[in-house]
Amino acid sequence: MMKDGIRIDGRKPDELRPIKIEAGVLYRADGSCYLEWGGNKIMAAVYGPREAMPRHIQDPTKAIVNARYNMVPFSVEDRKRPGPDRRSVEISKVTSEALEGVIFTELFPRATIDVCIEVLDAEAGTRCAGITAAAVALADAGIPMRDLPVACAAGKVDGTVVLDLTSDEDKEGDADLPIAIAPRTEEILLMQMDGHMTPAEFDEAVELAIKGCREVSKLQREALMNKYKTFEVE
Amino acid sequence: MEIPEVKRVSAVKRDYLARLAKEGKRPDGREPDEYRPIKIEKNILRNAEGSARVRIGNTMVMAGVKADIGEPYPDSPEEGAMSTSAELPPIASPEFESGPPKPDAIELARVVDRGIRESGYIDMSKLCIEPGEKVWIVFIDLHVLDYDGNLFDACSLAASAALQNAVLPYEKFDLGENKPLPVTSPPISCTFVKYEDFIVVDPSLDEEQIAQARFTVALDKEGNIRAIQKGLKGTFTIQEIKNIINRAQIHARNIRKLLEE
Amino acid sequence: MMRKIVLPGSVVGDAKEKLPGRGVFKEGDKLYASRLGIVSDKGRYVNIIPLSGVYDPNIGDNVIGVVQEAFKNAWLIDINAPYPAFLGVDNVPWRVDYGETTKYLKIGDVLIVSIVSVDEARNIDVSMKCKACRKIDEGLIIDIQPSKVPRVIGKNSSMLSVLKKYTGCWIFVGQNGRIWIKGKDEEKIKLLIKAIRKIEKEAHTTGLTERITKMLGG
Repeated sequence: MMKDGIRIDGRKPDELRPIKIEAGVLYRADGSCYLEWGGNKIMAAVYGPREAMPRHIQDPTKAIVNARYNMVPFSVEDRKRPGPDRRSVEISKVTSEALEGVIFTELFPRATIDVCIEVLDAEAGTRCAGITAAAVALADAGIPMRDLPVACAAGKVDGTVVLDLTSDEDKEGDADLPIAIAPRTEEILLMQMDGHMTPAEFDEAVELAIKGCREVSKLQREALMNKYKTFEVE
Repeated sequence: MEIPEVKRVSAVKRDYLARLAKEGKRPDGREPDEYRPIKIEKNILRNAEGSARVRIGNTMVMAGVKADIGEPYPDSPEEGAMSTSAELPPIASPEFESGPPKPDAIELARVVDRGIRESGYIDMSKLCIEPGEKVWIVFIDLHVLDYDGNLFDACSLAASAALQNAVLPYEKFDLGENKPLPVTSPPISCTFVKYEDFIVVDPSLDEEQIAQARFTVALDKEGNIRAIQKGLKGTFTIQEIKNIINRAQIHARNIRKLLEE
Repeated sequence: MMRKIVLPGSVVGDAKEKLPGRGVFKEGDKLYASRLGIVSDKGRYVNIIPLSGVYDPNIGDNVIGVVQEAFKNAWLIDINAPYPAFLGVDNVPWRVDYGETTKYLKIGDVLIVSIVSVDEARNIDVSMKCKACRKIDEGLIIDIQPSKVPRVIGKNSSMLSVLKKYTGCWIFVGQNGRIWIKGKDEEKIKLLIKAIRKIEKEAHTTGLTERITKMLGG
């Protein structure tokens, strides 16, 4: 998988795949973001805060953050039947929890903040791409947050800790560690791992993933600023 | 489309649209026979065998084509098969809910499917791999991302554009080289709605919210009718329908040119 | 020229010198923005002028609502907030008998109401007993982002005056982002809508009032 410290797609161990982020791309949604990360293409949108329905699910003290991660049938090599599968349900849950870690939910009791993440094309790292896009959509929607969350994964391939796995590296590699952080304080909002790592490798991977997060965070900020940069002056 | 948003249309909006309709005007200033700007992007996804993203005004729809190998139907052992499904996910509108497809999504998929199937757009006879044993099954999935009216036309166009650039993945199944999906000439769908006796093409969301009746017609290259769907609880006279079909002929020609670019 | 735009988590001030206002929170000895917007820190507080976001109801706001549901002695009004507002029969200018609510206001009716209370659980009460309050029967209503309302009104209603003067239209701007327009000239109405959309798009820039004045032929 690796030769002379270069990965099969030509990247160095600490290099990210190309990322493109655009804020405010949808008309109906309160906030939205289109994101490309390597071969991943994600559309994220936010509706809310809005009244949580049916009434019995309302929390009188804060808003419910309801993230829905969904892969469209043609986003993967073997067509996926429409609708949530167990993996999507799990990712939706950890994503909701990650985002709730930064949103000022107490400002909107009885409400829900709906986050929709649609994976249009998948190539490993979709949950990190999804959270990163969702964060931009949340900011675009004006949802108050302590910070702009960002996510990135690190892993282990051929015994080397690397940043941002491709799908081949994910399949054949030894470990995958997606994390999401609040970049200002580097608090961990999401962390999952599967594979095999020594504690030392884990430390290295976490550090590398956080470094990746910092780089991606810059791109999120640029995307939001860009939305307000252009206008015609008569 | 029986959308939940209809119930919350304000009386002022209803009256305003009705007043404009009596003067032959539309709320966004368009002519009765004017489409919003149409943008078609083809072949934009890697994992799909064929893909397209279509925008009509603010409405945005993605279509993806996936092909798999399966058994043919017993009454057509040398023909391939196709299946169309549509999703109206919560991302596209504050009123859409997650869950299994509701009647609007199912109607949408079936109408788009009918247009493609009845026009013979996919050459099913060329999808045979082993007669009676293996044929290509083509899946068309429509995913709405932004709903601002006229999903029928946007989805039909996205499906046609996706099929147009689709490639059958023979290599994936070790059956030789990839080949383009064999297609003929696409159906073009045109949708009209009627409100206050005013019949307009390409309804925006505002117009769909107060529409009394809806008419979609799919035409082929010769201008022949391949599929029709009348929707909603209002009615049309036969003359109105004939006029609609005449108007559709012109639109279909223009949209067909866009698709072929 | 653009004012400085900040994002959630951006530092916007020193907690030892200023107090956190709207859209700002304190952590340690710094003040941070919680929302995407423009910093406004002239006084003792640092506030964020939001560039997006839902309508946040405040007592005293005049808003344009749409009747969503009619109960036996109250109505539920959609005011473009995360929560619908409650209009009791005691807060309307008519004497409404129990069960007769739909005789006066039915689903879909549009009205100007005033926010009279918002409690901790965000239960909102509105009233029709205010000077500007009334039922709206004609004209048209357009929706803009609530965060852009201050810009459409302008300092001391400067922008609103420009819009009224050069289009001759009657305009009521609800704090919840709904604007009621009434006019005789269709062309002037179209121009007004165009101007409002432009304000919405360029709300974060300076010199906007001059540009709008010019656009309207002033």
